[in-house]
Amino acid sequence: MQQLIVINSKDNVATATRELAKGQEHKVEIDGKQAVLVVKEDIKFGHKIAIVDLAIGQEVVKYGEVIGRVTKDVWKGEHIHVHNVVSQRGRGDLTK
Amino acid sequence: MITGFRRENGKVGIRNHVVILSAVVCANRVVEMISEQVPGVIPLTHQHGCSQIGRDKEQTVRTLAGIGKNPNVAATLIVGLGCETVQPEDLAKEIGTTGKPVEYLIIQESGGTLNTVGKGAELARKMVADASQVQRAEINLSDIILGTECGGSDTTSGLAANPATGYASDMLVESGATVILSETTELTGTEHVLAKRAGSQEVADSIFSIVDRVEEESKRMGVDIRGGNPTPGNIEGGLSTIEEKSLGCIYKAGTKPILEVMEYGETPSQKGLVVMDTPGQDIESISGMIAGGAQLIVFTTGRGTPTGSPIAPVVKICANPSTVKTMVDNIDIDLSEMIDGSKSLEEAGQEIYQEYLQVINGKQTRSEIFGHREFAIARIAITM
Repeated sequence: MQQLIVINSKDNVATATRELAKGQEHKVEIDGKQAVLVVKEDIKFGHKIAIVDLAIGQEVVKYGEVIGRVTKDVWKGEHIHVHNVVSQRGRGDLTK
Repeated sequence: MITGFRRENGKVGIRNHVVILSAVVCANRVVEMISEQVPGVIPLTHQHGCSQIGRDKEQTVRTLAGIGKNPNVAATLIVGLGCETVQPEDLAKEIGTTGKPVEYLIIQESGGTLNTVGKGAELARKMVADASQVQRAEINLSDIILGTECGGSDTTSGLAANPATGYASDMLVESGATVILSETTELTGTEHVLAKRAGSQEVADSIFSIVDRVEEESKRMGVDIRGGNPTPGNIEGGLSTIEEKSLGCIYKAGTKPILEVMEYGETPSQKGLVVMDTPGQDIESISGMIAGGAQLIVFTTGRGTPTGSPIAPVVKICANPSTVKTMVDNIDIDLSEMIDGSKSLEEAGQEIYQEYLQVINGKQTRSEIFGHREFAIARIAITM
């Protein structure tokens, strides 16, 4: 059973299909190739993890499409969610 | 073989409801009292029908008339107050274009609550008796309009439940049926993907334009839509942004060309995959698709939701291994085996398709069994 799913070969995040604990190593298949990823934080079921290092402002890609930008540097294996990703759409707060 | 109830105008219902419909919020109690006297009917109440103008009024009228016109409805009794913006007589005329039985009562002209209830119960009794004489007959899948909805989404929606539902949507379209993709907010960030599948430049432009309207609203309000959509529950379930939620959402409609973009509550003019401009709120979105003639609704969920519809069976699909246990009462199809890889996309899609055929033939969905009849009309202007 896969514990981390990368949906599209362009993606820079994987989705956890079970709870993952900090420090665990997990196999992940990226574009047909097996890699091993060290989980740097506890990850809840269904949440995302970076599979490469992301620099502040970089686009987050899932389903092969852009889902937002990181607001800080994120290291491979770290949790990717609302604390470090913002949407680029429906941002009326930016036009005040 | 699939069966249904063929109506006077040739359209086909998969249920055979008699509806007591409020024309205005002021008639709600009378509608309830009539329905208490005649339990075989479906009461349909709401908060609108008065002090509305322009496109907003038209949308409410189109939705209420669309409920009566939906082929799952055999007959409609409208109850109005008399002085409201949405006139019961106009609704009755529009519903009457189907050739189906429709009557209306006006409380101010019928002698108040008790007299209207008495008259209404008598009309409803006759409608129920007549509707019970309509027999099921063989129908075709090309008679079916499926409305697709997702709510209480989490990451399992985009990973499993929506792609599997999309597989079944493609099967339906290949059989000549119509599938509606809705929830415009949840198309945000996917317009370029959908536009590539548009049947014409006009359809592509409309897809961009309806999403633009939602984003303009967030600008007008000066707020981030995150929190409203994705909701706190979506976020807890792992969805970080509206783009991520949307990209998962659109899978449920399948992969066919998009033939048309319709207003809320509008009836599709073509068979195949179409888009309806509805809000991301589940109940308003489903009500709009039912007003547009959808006889069957599919509803994917990650976190679980009990809701249904007064008019159409709602098939609830979930792939979250925890939710299928904690909300087992409310889930029609458990796809949690897709998450550990023990059920394939094709197997899951086939399972959904087979369930549709059974539900069309009369199998009761969970929301029907529990009497879930949530209904809400999307508004586009303030009340005057």
